[in-house]
Amino acid sequence: MRAGAYDVVIIGAGIVGAACAWACANEGLRVAVIEADTIGGGATGAGMGHLVVMDDSEAQFALTRYSRSLWQQLAKELPGDVEYESCGTIWVAADEEEMKAVWQKNEFYETRGVQAEVLDAKALRMAEPNLREGLVGGLRVPGDAVIYAPCAARFLIERAQSRGADLYLPRVVTEITAEGVRLNDGTVMAAHRVVNAAGTWSPMLTPGIEVKKRKGHLVITERYAGFVKHQLVELGYLKSAHSMTTESVAFNVQPRRTGQMLIGSSRQFDVEGKEVDANILRHMLQRAADFLPGVNRLSAIRGWTGFRAATPDKLPLIGPWAGRENLFLATGHEGLGITTSLGTAKLLVDQLLRRATEIPIGPYLPSRVPEGVHA
Amino acid sequence: MPKAVSVTVDGAQVDATEEMTALAVILLSGTTTLRRSVSGEPRGALCGMGVCFECRVTINGERHCRSCQIKCAHAMDIRTDE
Amino acid sequence: MNNSRRSFDVLVVGAGPAGIAAACCAAEAGVRVGVVDNNPRPGGQIWRGETQNSDVADAASWFRKLAGSRAEILTPMEVFAQPEVGRLTAASSDGVCELSYKKLILCTGARERFLPFPGWTLPNVMGAGGLQAVVKSGMNIAGKKVVVAGSGPLLLAVAAHLKAHGAGVRAIAEQASWSRLVRFGMTLASRGRKISQAFQLKKQLSRIAFRAGCWVVSAEGNGKVESVTLRTERKTWKESCDYLACGFHLVPNVELASLIGCELRGGFVRADEFQETSVAGVYCAGEPTGIGGLELSIAEGQIAGFAAAGQRDKAREYFSERKGQRRFSSALERAFALREELRTLPSAETIVCRCEDVRLGRLREQSSWRAAKLQSRCGMGPCQGRICGPAVEFLFGWKAESARPPIFPVPIESFAATACTE
Repeated sequence: MRAGAYDVVIIGAGIVGAACAWACANEGLRVAVIEADTIGGGATGAGMGHLVVMDDSEAQFALTRYSRSLWQQLAKELPGDVEYESCGTIWVAADEEEMKAVWQKNEFYETRGVQAEVLDAKALRMAEPNLREGLVGGLRVPGDAVIYAPCAARFLIERAQSRGADLYLPRVVTEITAEGVRLNDGTVMAAHRVVNAAGTWSPMLTPGIEVKKRKGHLVITERYAGFVKHQLVELGYLKSAHSMTTESVAFNVQPRRTGQMLIGSSRQFDVEGKEVDANILRHMLQRAADFLPGVNRLSAIRGWTGFRAATPDKLPLIGPWAGRENLFLATGHEGLGITTSLGTAKLLVDQLLRRATEIPIGPYLPSRVPEGVHA
Repeated sequence: MPKAVSVTVDGAQVDATEEMTALAVILLSGTTTLRRSVSGEPRGALCGMGVCFECRVTINGERHCRSCQIKCAHAMDIRTDE
Repeated sequence: MNNSRRSFDVLVVGAGPAGIAAACCAAEAGVRVGVVDNNPRPGGQIWRGETQNSDVADAASWFRKLAGSRAEILTPMEVFAQPEVGRLTAASSDGVCELSYKKLILCTGARERFLPFPGWTLPNVMGAGGLQAVVKSGMNIAGKKVVVAGSGPLLLAVAAHLKAHGAGVRAIAEQASWSRLVRFGMTLASRGRKISQAFQLKKQLSRIAFRAGCWVVSAEGNGKVESVTLRTERKTWKESCDYLACGFHLVPNVELASLIGCELRGGFVRADEFQETSVAGVYCAGEPTGIGGLELSIAEGQIAGFAAAGQRDKAREYFSERKGQRRFSSALERAFALREELRTLPSAETIVCRCEDVRLGRLREQSSWRAAKLQSRCGMGPCQGRICGPAVEFLFGWKAESARPPIFPVPIESFAATACTE
């Protein structure tokens, strides 16, 4: 441990903490990252690594678009094991109503400068021959990409370290104090500012943060290169991610550079256990087979669950925590942590340095929700 | 007496019996490379009991079949190194 | 897909010696018994290919007993998930079978331990039991040169079997030292049966060079193994061969037990005197409770079978046989402990995880098994860490984590076919 306080101590070396570490170290700040288990060991390692622009709200769109372009700029510097693939996304419409939504989405993206292309039924089949007959069309977003997030988090940490950041792993933070952080061995690490980037663990360190665990399931297959070429998402995914109901499943399949298919997705609130739920799994896989009949014969080699850090308004918390001079949050990213990690880091460091942010910060400030109104 | 069957290994016809595994027949046909590893190395069987997944071949069009666990059947089409 | 549902009073998973014994005893007690195994026929590894008409005395009698019992044999069937307590899902050749049970007996056996060394991924480098299994499944080994290496009593049985089928066994290289083997030999003195087995083997293996304190340093060849380099403390030399049969003793198959939540101790399933695990109604017999060989597996299977069927008094009759065999089991562990030199064999370039081609150098950069899995994908392939797991435990001390479904790869539609309870 160095003499004197760190400028910033970041709790959590997931993709968000790692990105923040790099952004801060890049500005010449003295940075420490404290990780309890392993780099990318939380939602970062459990999720899909999809870099995607989403239009659930203007604020979500602004942040995902901003962040995606930062990934595009970084792409050529990423090492091979990050497996950056700009395969694009196709939002799939199963019926005419969803096709209307495709056109709306297309207009939304186009008027905001994000390239998108409407596919009719024929064009959809040509783009993805393994999709079933009878789908009405889709929206292709070519700028979206796929990465392998745990290696991306490690790359960002290494970048931060090359700029002088220190990584403490494995170490557990038990308390955020006025002076910095206290670790579970009793030592105190002095810091001018502390950033809570601990994902689903963030409310434990900062009571009152409205972040809930939202469980998800994924299955990965053997290698079947070319089975799908884009990340395929049903339009119903937005309904699933948007709703606050207890449980939902939506078609979401990702081709990995390895040729493996990553099959999702599911969302559940109020479930603590990590076990794979047989019923959710069944719904999720059957939904995948509805869209991609050939998926039934692919070999599933692993199934697992993970927890997203979800907020009530579905936007992350990026900024100072009310009433604490030295405490900032960078958490609550739900299913968009990988995409928005780079944007989050920029917004955070801009606030630390009291600079204007490149997109309006208001929607992501922790203070946007009045104190005491947390449900 | 185990029943005689005729299978093909990479298009070539081989005589076998129903008691033989696909792996045995592949090796009898003189093939040593069953598949390629993810970095392109030639691979053969290792554990012989269905846990290592090194003996995977395509059987009757289905990929990733563990040849050490599958008994030969008449007209079985076995393809290696796919 | 043809899906089915079966329901048993006692379900036995694994039809090797332990499972066959358990099934016979439970059936004898009059309850409805089912046995599943992922091989096309019962027998497990050691009795692979044996039948009622086997030359191997105890195999023949147990196969006859099984055939004469009312136990239902379901093969091939591979258990891959537990959707809820009391129910397992298994993959058959054409679909999924839901197996419900009141009592469960896990007899999932063991697999060989593989340690990496340069050239170990060449075709025709196999496990010792691995090569034997392939020969038993119809491969012709006559006239082929084979080096048998690694560790454990299995090497001798394999060498004898290969020789009997016409192979030219060039050498048996056992990494354990002579002094350890001699001490082990002393413990056999107390078990008359083992002595006669040992003498039998000695006869079968005469004229094959058996070297203790000897291990494979590397395998060489172009597209397949053509020679191996062997080493003792005194010398190093090359032996040309067509096959290398190399395995380092056995590790227990505890994935299903782990999935079900059975407590493990030192990597083995903890079981009480009636072979019941920490999960009520779930029993475990044979190698998963401790590597102890054939007779111990049978004794434990008998105890578990009777106990699961509610006949504890009958189970007790086999306690002393089990006790005697357990002494053999601890002697085994001591004799065949792995020597330090084996840790130095792989180079940074040597592949450790064969499914994902992760080399040792990449693993040395990692601080934990979790980090290794996430960063390099070691252990994340179809074998689910069964091959590289014991190797990284030996090389780095990393321990396997708990199992998740599916514990064997299955088609997506089978993974999805787990019906909910109606």
